[in-house]
Amino acid sequence: MASKLEIKNLHVVIDYKEILKGLDLTVNEGETHAIMGPNGSGKSTLANVIMGHPKYKITSGDIIFEGKSILALTPDRRAKLGLFMAFQHPLEISGVSLANFLRTAYKHINTGMDEKNIASVSEFRKLMKEKMNSLGIDEDFAKRYLNEGLSGGEKKKSEVLQATILRPKIAILDETDSGTDVDAMKTISDSINNLKKESNTGILMITHYNRILKNVKPDLVHIMVDGRIVKTGDASLADRVESSGYNEFAVVA
Amino acid sequence: MKQITINKDYEKKYGFKMPEKPVHSTEPGLSKKVVNEISEIKNEKNENDWINKFRLRALDTFLKKKMPTWGADFSKINFDEIIYYMKSSEKSETKWEDVPKEIKETFDKLGIPQAERSFLAGLGAQYDSDSVYHSILKPLEEKGVIFTDPDTGLQKYPDIFKKYFGTIVPPEDNKFSALNSAVYSGGSFIYIPPGVDVQQPLQAYFRINAQRFGQFERTLIIADKGSKLHYIESCSAPIYSKDSLHAAVVEIVALPDSHVRYTTLQNWSNNVYNLVTKRAHAYENATVEWVDANLGSKITTKFPSVYLRGRNSKADILSVAFAGNGQHQDTGGKAIHLAPNTSSRITAKSVSKGSGRTTYRGLLYVGKGASNVKSTVRCDALLINNESRTDTYPYNEIHDDTATITHEATVGKIGEDMLFYLMSRGLSEQQALNMVVMGFFEPFAKEIPLEYALEFNRLIQLEMAGSVG
Repeated sequence: MASKLEIKNLHVVIDYKEILKGLDLTVNEGETHAIMGPNGSGKSTLANVIMGHPKYKITSGDIIFEGKSILALTPDRRAKLGLFMAFQHPLEISGVSLANFLRTAYKHINTGMDEKNIASVSEFRKLMKEKMNSLGIDEDFAKRYLNEGLSGGEKKKSEVLQATILRPKIAILDETDSGTDVDAMKTISDSINNLKKESNTGILMITHYNRILKNVKPDLVHIMVDGRIVKTGDASLADRVESSGYNEFAVVA
Repeated sequence: MKQITINKDYEKKYGFKMPEKPVHSTEPGLSKKVVNEISEIKNEKNENDWINKFRLRALDTFLKKKMPTWGADFSKINFDEIIYYMKSSEKSETKWEDVPKEIKETFDKLGIPQAERSFLAGLGAQYDSDSVYHSILKPLEEKGVIFTDPDTGLQKYPDIFKKYFGTIVPPEDNKFSALNSAVYSGGSFIYIPPGVDVQQPLQAYFRINAQRFGQFERTLIIADKGSKLHYIESCSAPIYSKDSLHAAVVEIVALPDSHVRYTTLQNWSNNVYNLVTKRAHAYENATVEWVDANLGSKITTKFPSVYLRGRNSKADILSVAFAGNGQHQDTGGKAIHLAPNTSSRITAKSVSKGSGRTTYRGLLYVGKGASNVKSTVRCDALLINNESRTDTYPYNEIHDDTATITHEATVGKIGEDMLFYLMSRGLSEQQALNMVVMGFFEPFAKEIPLEYALEFNRLIQLEMAGSVG
């Protein structure tokens, strides 16, 4: 069965303020969607809500994955179903090495999988090494504490590395291209394309820039303004945003 | 449900109890009669009268000294209910086969003889009041390394023993050192001859089995010039509803150019009051390192200290603590700089869970004329739940203005965003909390041998069970 993420008429409140105001969106496995929109339009809220951050309150609507509502599930349950989010601001966790963290995550995400399909320590090391190489990440990185002392670009690479190892069905990438230089963006894009090819992962990419969309080609581009998707189109929509901004999409209050 | 399962694991692995079969036991309560009885059993009155006098002097001090009021709450300790001496085996053996069956079974279950076989240079095992086993690798013995219990130390090596015993921590130091000095039994006596490097660790394991019991072991380590030692102590006790007492005294003499590391992996059950005085004297160019993990117990009061008496001597104190529900870990470290060019580093890390409370208490003293002292103190506390508590009391007394001193303290909570991040990678809330706490203690875990680091991680996981509110 092809995996499908459906967001239906989603209303979300934080601190008594409504951020998402009836959002609809469907992402199928294998598809690439880009969400663009001005600051404060609710893009990151959407990402966090899909993954299940406890601080947001859903007042109405639903999020359905593979035919079932996931609203009652904790983030770890959602991750085990095959959802993933690359964080805009990944947290630093001292004393926990990236390798240890990823191996633990890998084991938890793959529980229920046949024992023989779960990689052994040496297989996992090999997998990690391979994915790190393709992202141009130094091998010493695996021993470093999770995100501690990393530059913005390194943190983004680390997030993409996690996606390529955990191989989700749907990956939400929250501004994964922000703060990366041209070379980093290129390797990040290649890894995302590779993830799509290898695992048929559906991508929901939140971005401010058309640049990455030249490398990771979206099937659909959505414009989000004031908590709703106001316009959906093909890749050319991103070009339009680049040249003339979001003004033409502004919602009349 | 989960919590119950895990506590059962704890009971199975550490909290089990054996029937009490003492070959000798004093009446509950503390008196001159009890102290004399202990001296009698140990034959001190005939051969070493001075130690009996030392005990009686200490008893007098204990009775005169007021209970300390500056720290944890000791008001619930009932000194009259405690049994101060219980001998469970006739003598200390050098072969495990000769150790009485139930005692041997206890140490087998705790994995102690296996550890000895695989990576230790020597092992001492104490069960209630007395040492039941002591052994050291032959080549070290041939080099003159002494590793035995204090009774044997006094009988066989009276010159070294008498020269140092009670000089680093005199009975008058504090109420609990006085208590220990009055009724002490068991522990370790270690002497490392000049230039000898004991490459593998020596370990002592202290097991309390009896109920309403007090364990008062005494450790005296003398590292002679240029020698090197890593000593490890571990401990555990069954879970009882009545309180027990553990009041130990540890004295270290680090002679010039020596290097002593003393690692503690404490794992008392939650009915044990743990009131320990640990102190080292470091002479010229000597280094003393306390690596101290405080897990379990009802209350722990322990501030390992180093008196830097010789030029260029160094102190490194790493103290970690975990306080669960109803526990108070009052820990820290003291560096007393009494000579020029001495340096110290105190690192304290504590976690409080539920109603647990941790206290960092530290002293940094720089005497007049102790020029060019360098010292750094860092304490980090992590709180798991809203009712968890931590306090920091760093005392500084600096009498020489050439000292360079830094002090840093942080208090953190595990935030919602951090848990969300980890949970988004498939970890449950409990697993996420465990991971953050393990990471927090990583600077400690990487300092201890791998086998102990694994044990430490297991213990932390047991402590962390049921922390999701």
